[in-house]
Amino acid sequence: MEQLIGILNSLKPGVDFANEKNLVEDKILDSLTMVILAGRISDEFGVKVTPLDITPENFRSCADIMAMIERLKNK
Amino acid sequence: MKNILEWIERSAAECPDKPVFADENGEISYQDFLNCVQTVGSAVAGYPLRKCPVLVLLPRGIRALTAMFGIVYSGNYYIILDSEMPVPRMKMIAERLCADTVITDGKLIGRAEELSLKRVILLDEALKQEKNQTLLHQIRNEMTDADPVYTLFTSGSTGTPKGVVITHRNILSYIDWFVKEFEIGRDTVFGNQTPLYFSMSVTDVYGTLCSGATLHLIPRSFFTFPVKLIQFLNDRQINAIYWVPSALCLLANWKIFDYAKPLYLRKIMFAGEVMPVPQLNYWMVNIPDASYANLFGPTETTDICTFYRVGKQFEEGQTLPIGHACDNCNVMVIKEDGTAAAAGEEGELYARGPFISPGYINDPEKTAEAFVQNPLQSAYPERVYRTGDLVKVGDDGELCYLTRKDFQIKRMGYRIELGEIEAAASAVKGVYSCAAVYDRIGEKILLFYSGEKLEDAEIIHMLSVHIPQYMLPEQIIHIDSMPVNRNGKTDRTALLNIYQGGKQ
Repeated sequence: MEQLIGILNSLKPGVDFANEKNLVEDKILDSLTMVILAGRISDEFGVKVTPLDITPENFRSCADIMAMIERLKNK
Repeated sequence: MKNILEWIERSAAECPDKPVFADENGEISYQDFLNCVQTVGSAVAGYPLRKCPVLVLLPRGIRALTAMFGIVYSGNYYIILDSEMPVPRMKMIAERLCADTVITDGKLIGRAEELSLKRVILLDEALKQEKNQTLLHQIRNEMTDADPVYTLFTSGSTGTPKGVVITHRNILSYIDWFVKEFEIGRDTVFGNQTPLYFSMSVTDVYGTLCSGATLHLIPRSFFTFPVKLIQFLNDRQINAIYWVPSALCLLANWKIFDYAKPLYLRKIMFAGEVMPVPQLNYWMVNIPDASYANLFGPTETTDICTFYRVGKQFEEGQTLPIGHACDNCNVMVIKEDGTAAAAGEEGELYARGPFISPGYINDPEKTAEAFVQNPLQSAYPERVYRTGDLVKVGDDGELCYLTRKDFQIKRMGYRIELGEIEAAASAVKGVYSCAAVYDRIGEKILLFYSGEKLEDAEIIHMLSVHIPQYMLPEQIIHIDSMPVNRNGKTDRTALLNIYQGGKQ
């Protein structure tokens, strides 16, 4: 989780990612950030994030993103 | 024709039940739209306002479009405010316009009231009023095609936004070219990407009204979720898009066509920034039946002054030409000495003809700097527009874009002047001096500052009070002192070196 928060902080400084629950609705994750984020997750967690995984449900909060990463690891 | 409202009236007569606009929440037919805008027009015309600026503070959607054209019916001109824009910037715009009226809704009324204008009109209240055809008729009789339709603000280098005035004649001339060149007709279904406060939306909104087409406003969040976006394009059977290159690149970078494909797209147009060749090729390979065009121009030429139809794939490393002038527009390449550049010679792009705005609102100085007598003829008065873009005519006879003359940069199609970011950063308590620099290699806005060392988050938070999100710097760097060159000006090259040195 800390690793993920580290990535998010480097992309969008100034957001309290540990507690933010509406990354999508609060427009913190915009389209450009999402591309970079998916790339960094793929690189740093050794999983393959494809456009099919890029859904609002998977990216609401850090916990949701972590859950997606775990699912992808087990694939 | 002399008035853009004639397009709505004509299309409402010819295809009354056809949807003109659709957003996430629903759609509206030409006939219903005409009714709504005439009603809002009558309500606004009930106030002592004529040829006045009226602000629109509504989210992008059918309701904002209703307010826009209602304002035109009332004999005034509209200004779309970005509802997410910080209030101080909205105030700056309202002051520049000398506006005293805003149209908004129940949700945004709080922000509207913060502007402390004389009049706040609620769209829902306006829609409840009676239509007054006599009054609308009287207003129309007094209008000419030289009257303004809207004012659109671009970022100014001194930190003050410039309001570009656009008239009926500007739009009529420009859209006439657009719909003929790209064969826009009743069967066209646009998928709009750009915000209504951005000049590119003028093209698909007015192109739609003029030709009896339909425009779907794609919710911005769909661009974050690429598969959802493609599904939307297919559900709505969208066959024409006019997007910023960043939006097209986004889908290319996802390699989206391995997962989902747009089934109806036949016309793909883009403008606002440079379209990279690799991503364009990805589109051309995957959607080979579509036509592709690179459009180019500033807000001051309504939207566009030159275009290039991409008939072949370019090699990586090559740059797409910006082509040649649109019909009823003309461009010139002018050297520093005021004479015409020969083919292959670099010069500033000037545009002339009926697409050219009359100038900036309440700003005779800036207007006089940018709108000048045609340097190539002095026999009669002829105002032409200096774009500030450096171009040259290439070997193939097509114009090529080189760079901006000044420090202005473009990102996601938005025009950003670094001075505006600096103006905001200077306002942060504890910052002694600052400089915003654009790293062209990494395509990042860097903010350097000296003074007290502050938390990045704190600075970002303070900046957000003054400037929109797309202007926020990607990296904030604290330095002990600001390097200056011999003229005593901030040495931007030295700053870039500090940044690039620090990365290694």
